Amino acid sequence: MIALLQRDLRLATRAGGGFGLALVFFLILVLLVPFGVGPDTAVLAKIAPGILWLGALLACLLSLDRLLALDWEDGALELLATSPLPMEAVIALKALAHWLTTGLPLVLVAPVLGLMLNLPGAGYIWLTVSLALGTPTLSMIGCFGAALTVGIKRGGLLLSLLVLPLYVPTLIFGAEVARRGAEGLELATPLLLLVGISCGTIALLPFAAGTVLKMNLR
Amino acid sequence: MSLWEYANPRRFLGLSERLLPGLSVLSLLLLTAGLIWGFFYSPDDYRMGSTVKIIYLHVPSALMAINGWIMMLVASLVWLIRRHHVSALAAKAAAPVGAVMTVIALITGAIWGQPMWGTWWVWDPRLTSFLILFLFYLGYMALWHAVDDPDKAADLTSMLCLVGSVFALLSRYAVNFWNQGLHQGASLSLDKEEHVADVFYVPLVITIGGFVLLFLALVLLRTGTEIRLRRISVLINRGRMT
Repeated sequence: MIALLQRDLRLATRAGGGFGLALVFFLILVLLVPFGVGPDTAVLAKIAPGILWLGALLACLLSLDRLLALDWEDGALELLATSPLPMEAVIALKALAHWLTTGLPLVLVAPVLGLMLNLPGAGYIWLTVSLALGTPTLSMIGCFGAALTVGIKRGGLLLSLLVLPLYVPTLIFGAEVARRGAEGLELATPLLLLVGISCGTIALLPFAAGTVLKMNLR
Repeated sequence: MSLWEYANPRRFLGLSERLLPGLSVLSLLLLTAGLIWGFFYSPDDYRMGSTVKIIYLHVPSALMAINGWIMMLVASLVWLIRRHHVSALAAKAAAPVGAVMTVIALITGAIWGQPMWGTWWVWDPRLTSFLILFLFYLGYMALWHAVDDPDKAADLTSMLCLVGSVFALLSRYAVNFWNQGLHQGASLSLDKEEHVADVFYVPLVITIGGFVLLFLALVLLRTGTEIRLRRISVLINRGRMT
């Protein structure tokens, strides 16, 4: 298991440089927002939590089609299917590797970008917390979507169409935590709901994704 | 004699061909009766005026949009558990019908909302969750379209339907949390706590019956088409082999 995780991490960080691309995308998105809505700091401060959450979500989406497609093309997935490791574990590890290479850097860099968007002081910690709790879910849901579309040529657009509606609950609660945090409101309810969705997704979706991948490999 | 007999495509086609004319005529009758009654012989609402009449299109189509997805969910489960091809094809056939119902509900809602709320669209939980439902329908149809192998497509879309149902439900309650609603509460409910007045109720029930039968007739028709399409492609493939 650890070998597989290490392999995925190594592939993501070295070959072709998928790593860091999502971060740059995130940065560009944040750079583009003031061009779109104007440089008024009050407006930017108000929309900063939402923009950062949306940016993280889109950056996550960007790297999803590489998640399984490369292993599918060179046959590594079929080898993994014949290995003693159950498919559900393989998928969960893939999601973990995806989160470590995209989600976690996004979480770490988000406060810095929050600074650029004039995020109010109390917002930083809750933005980071909500992203840290929410991005694993995004990776897991994305893994499910990638498993669905893995056999399809040029499935990238379809993948976004399938995955984005599934992101809705996570985005709502995550952005709500960040917004309430920035405005200094009470935020226990959305935080708990976000954690609930994260736990439920991470516990159950590997089974669905594993089943889907087995269907695709059959 | 059990329900599973109709998992046989030939039996299913025979049954649906016998049912279709009756269903279509009955649906047409109910719709005409309900709509004419609703539009011309029911009073205007004292607050909403004549705009209340769009309820006879809005509520039934919204109902069928949700029930269409539930029907797809059941059919997907039947496919995953018992692997009856008719079931998978029925789910495929129901998706566009359900999507159109969703669009009808959204558009009639917008037409009603313009004079009543003063806006075509608000980010109200009910409206938003319907838009999300529409996106789920689109994703489902796109996945069917994208996968070539029919059995694999049925497998994948069934799984998408299962997972999508859970997330659609989650989204439905998450958007409640996200914004306060402008939409009124349920027009109909089984325990009759919330209810429209009786003058609107009777024609509404008739149009709902008409929409249910219309949905059934369309799904049966489309499932028949899908079954024949599958047969033709098998024949073509066999012809190519020899």
